[in-house]
Amino acid sequence: MGRVRARQGGIEALYPRGFWPAISTPGVLWLIALFVVPFYAIVATAGGRLDPIFGTTIPEWNPLYWQPDAFSYVLNGLTSPAGIFREVFLRTLWYVLLAVGLCLLLGYPVAYYMSRLRGRMRNLFLVLMIVPFWVPYLMRIFAWVNLLQDDGLVNRILAATGFVGPQTWLDGRPSTVILGLVYGWMPFLILPLFAALERIDPSLIEGALDLGASPARTFLRVTLPLSKQGILAGTAIIMLPMFGDFYTAQLLGTQKNAMVGTLITFYLTQATAGPAQARGAALVIVLALLVSTLTVYYLVSTARAARGAGR
Amino acid sequence: MSGTAAALQRPTASGSRLRAWLANPWRRPRLLALAGWGFVAWSLVPVAIAILFSFNAGRSRSVWQGFSLRWYVQDPNLSVLHDPILAHAVLQSLKLASLTMLIATPVGVALSIGLARWRGPASSASNFLMLLPLVTPEIVLASGLFLVFAHLYVLGGTRLFGTPAQLLGHVTWSIPYVVVVMRGRLFGIGKEYEEAAMDLGAPPMDAMRRVLLPLLAPAIFASFMIVFALSIDDFITSQFLSSGEGSITLPMLIYGTGRTGENPSLNAVATVMLVLSLSAIGIASVVLQRVARRRGTGETAARELVRFEI
Repeated sequence: MGRVRARQGGIEALYPRGFWPAISTPGVLWLIALFVVPFYAIVATAGGRLDPIFGTTIPEWNPLYWQPDAFSYVLNGLTSPAGIFREVFLRTLWYVLLAVGLCLLLGYPVAYYMSRLRGRMRNLFLVLMIVPFWVPYLMRIFAWVNLLQDDGLVNRILAATGFVGPQTWLDGRPSTVILGLVYGWMPFLILPLFAALERIDPSLIEGALDLGASPARTFLRVTLPLSKQGILAGTAIIMLPMFGDFYTAQLLGTQKNAMVGTLITFYLTQATAGPAQARGAALVIVLALLVSTLTVYYLVSTARAARGAGR
Repeated sequence: MSGTAAALQRPTASGSRLRAWLANPWRRPRLLALAGWGFVAWSLVPVAIAILFSFNAGRSRSVWQGFSLRWYVQDPNLSVLHDPILAHAVLQSLKLASLTMLIATPVGVALSIGLARWRGPASSASNFLMLLPLVTPEIVLASGLFLVFAHLYVLGGTRLFGTPAQLLGHVTWSIPYVVVVMRGRLFGIGKEYEEAAMDLGAPPMDAMRRVLLPLLAPAIFASFMIVFALSIDDFITSQFLSSGEGSITLPMLIYGTGRTGENPSLNAVATVMLVLSLSAIGIASVVLQRVARRRGTGETAARELVRFEI
């Protein structure tokens, strides 16, 4: 009888009391010690004070004693027209927005094509699409470093065709870095887009066409709205890491292309003298806040869409 | 359908024929096909060229000078085998990936089973905590880890930077991925098998050890491989938590010397990294695919893997 009663609580209840929390504990403790505490350390360092002897930043663990200096320094650098951080933040913002825009523009047709394929072609295409996921990101960017050298293949092909003269691609021009960002992150956008487009019932599109809508109108009024969740998911997936990406700019550009991540790396890990580390930590917080507003927007809109679908 | 639509159009001049072709919704999607296959070529060709030139006999990064293994083994100073920095980077990456795999997978597997069964407010909070790293940009977590290892987790005056800190960082980053991989399988299996075992008299612990864990074995194995691949690919965490020369990993080496070095062995190094990462994910996807087929879930392993990567 006792067994029957226990069964009402599911088989979970048959295990020793406290077994499930116990096996979760190592993982939870790990994440507290090495995810939650580090997060707090960022805030504590941003609000930290200077060591009286060495002159370096030491974190202030008690929130009551947090110093606003580093924060106001960073905010000042972001808002005043000649501020040092302003230029880098604006550059990061426009690199990321342009790269995401290009990814969407170029990736949408690819995802759409993939969603319309059937049979063996579809499997082949899917496999080829997935290969870039398996190639380490830095290797894919490094491949372009080779191609874009002054005596690289791109210039040799350009010289052979004769349309455009050979270019110095790696001299810090923004277009090279944006190309790198698009190349690096586009596969991550295409797959969620594909998943959303694949779910669209083709008869909806055929219906619109049969009722006399032009292909352009059908796309704008039927396909595009129905794929909105895929666009949002893909954009979120590539935008979050792209804001922290500094290695693409470093490999394909020069100091002229420094992004927020470059600044963070420099202030936090290289220039440890004086208040540099506190300023670096404050920069991380600004970046995290920017990114988390995007995440929250994405989560809210997904939740709303899910609720709408449930009705 | 396409026949009637095509018959309706009267081709007159070539301009209007083009316009009619563009306006006909039932035509073969040639422009789309061009975009699709063009993208595939664009995404694969640069990597293929890098791999090809890692077998180049000469120093050029753009002129083919014959096939050789010079940059892998033969060159007495510059090859991956003989250049101490390159060889050390390969070893460091392998060491980190293996250790990360051995720690993150058991912790993550236990956490996934625990979170799937444990009910209550603390469980929801833990679940939320587990998901947070997945939506955190890596640079934010790496900055935080750098600061705790610089100021808080200091053992007897020595800092953990280098392999220990890198290992702890990689494990933290990998645990949520293991939980996500495992969770899919856990819900796929359901509780029926365990229930049947217990109905037949198995004590709960035996049911877990002899029924649940064997059923989960493929997912556990796939987790090992995915963690390995994540660790091999990782750059930001390794870079932030390194202690200089001794802890340079393959991606760090590419980052550090990709622009300055004229050394063609970098192509060979990148290829080695690709092979390591490909073989881990390849094995994982084969295992998952076999399981998916046997269970008839109809979900291809490739797609599942991609979801995990995200």
